[in-house]
Amino acid sequence: MPPPPSGTSQLKFREPAKARELASALATLTAAIGRRVSVMHVCGSHEQAIARFGLRSAFPRDLDVIMGPGCPVCITDVPEVDEGVALARQGVAIATYGDMLKVPGTAKSLADAQAEGATVHVVYSVAQAVELAREMSGELVFFATGFETTAVATAAAVLAGVPKNFSVLSAHKYIPPVMEIVAEMPETKVEGFLAAGHAATITGWGIFEPFVERHRIPVVVAGFEPLDILAGLVSLLELIRDRTPKVLNAYPRCVTREGNLKAQEQLFRVFRPLGGRWRGIAHVPNGNLRLTDEWAHLDARQRFRIDVASLWDYAPASLSQSCICGDIMAGIASPGDCTLFGKECLPETPVGACMVSSEGTCKIWHLYGGHPDLGEARL
Amino acid sequence: MCLGVPGRVIEINGDVATVDFWGVKREVRLEIVDEPVAPGDYILNHVGFAIRRIPPEDIEVTLALYDEILRAAEKDDLMAADVRAELDATKTTGDAS
Repeated sequence: MPPPPSGTSQLKFREPAKARELASALATLTAAIGRRVSVMHVCGSHEQAIARFGLRSAFPRDLDVIMGPGCPVCITDVPEVDEGVALARQGVAIATYGDMLKVPGTAKSLADAQAEGATVHVVYSVAQAVELAREMSGELVFFATGFETTAVATAAAVLAGVPKNFSVLSAHKYIPPVMEIVAEMPETKVEGFLAAGHAATITGWGIFEPFVERHRIPVVVAGFEPLDILAGLVSLLELIRDRTPKVLNAYPRCVTREGNLKAQEQLFRVFRPLGGRWRGIAHVPNGNLRLTDEWAHLDARQRFRIDVASLWDYAPASLSQSCICGDIMAGIASPGDCTLFGKECLPETPVGACMVSSEGTCKIWHLYGGHPDLGEARL
Repeated sequence: MCLGVPGRVIEINGDVATVDFWGVKREVRLEIVDEPVAPGDYILNHVGFAIRRIPPEDIEVTLALYDEILRAAEKDDLMAADVRAELDATKTTGDAS
């Protein structure tokens, strides 16, 4: 394993004394619970902060903090990537976020299509895609990925007005429904969820109340500062110890109960939740965000006949058969359990989607030195 | 892709704000933010849109994480790269655009 980049060890906690206090509270709480406890977060940025600040070394041995399906690029399903690749090969220009390029479809990625001469633009925002469309005469499809936080931006851009040659291939996903799926998986044994702060900025923390009611599992909304994460975990363990499942907002500086109503209104004017597969996980009822009938004229799936079958003549990469991204995203395996991790599967030559995205568990663990539990948290 | 980035609003022109991110001026759109935003306010930017006005009392603690990431980060650091991508998602101000 490569050593962690030296940048990691230079990181400082804002208030080291506070961090030590929280770490010690985690140890006391885990001891009081008296057995092994697994909690899950569903956000690539949380995993980055945990790995980058070496937080796992401050967690008690009996506390497992696992990353669930929190990487929107990673859970974009193979047939969705195939749709983008097929469109690109049919001669339609595609604009998408950079992380999508290397994500494997059945046999090809967008990067492969680009290498074969297709037009694939990397953009950082939907607004840049709209501008690109304005500057060209042919069709431009925005291959839209990301959770509700990002889907809101796509919705706002659509409502602000787009040129006639612009359409959307939506692979946007909606987080709350997948928590239900993971909670019901018998193998996961997740006893609590840490919800992502900035997604909850949009949806509000109240959205998790029906989930808690149904599954009797606590949810704590947490921010991205190491202290925010530690404080969120302390609250979560307190709820587990006291067997009082409820929603707690440990990130009040960004999250309210009802969330950003204006953003929600725009989101659900343009998109509607629809069931669909998340790569490697399961069919998630209401887990996909697709354009509503009102915006069907901007839906690339309506505008074009997408010939995905043309991709089935190519054999899938044989290594992909051994990829366990799905188990990793469901929280039942970790990157170290994968025979390809750090060997055949590397950020430069990813086999699975989790090694592609900056929010993928495998890429985060690989970059921060293999197993970040061993990282040094300088508390 | 789910980490917003804070910046200070310098001026507002309709639905577009000019925002200062660590000395870099960028344009951020205001269609989504649910509170009135004025020059001097801090907002959280995500893929080119302000998603929240940060309450004044929370600005310092919100900025601390980003200061630390950008200060200590190496070129290939994932979190710093995501923060920079958020800035690249905004529009360059003035003549450059």
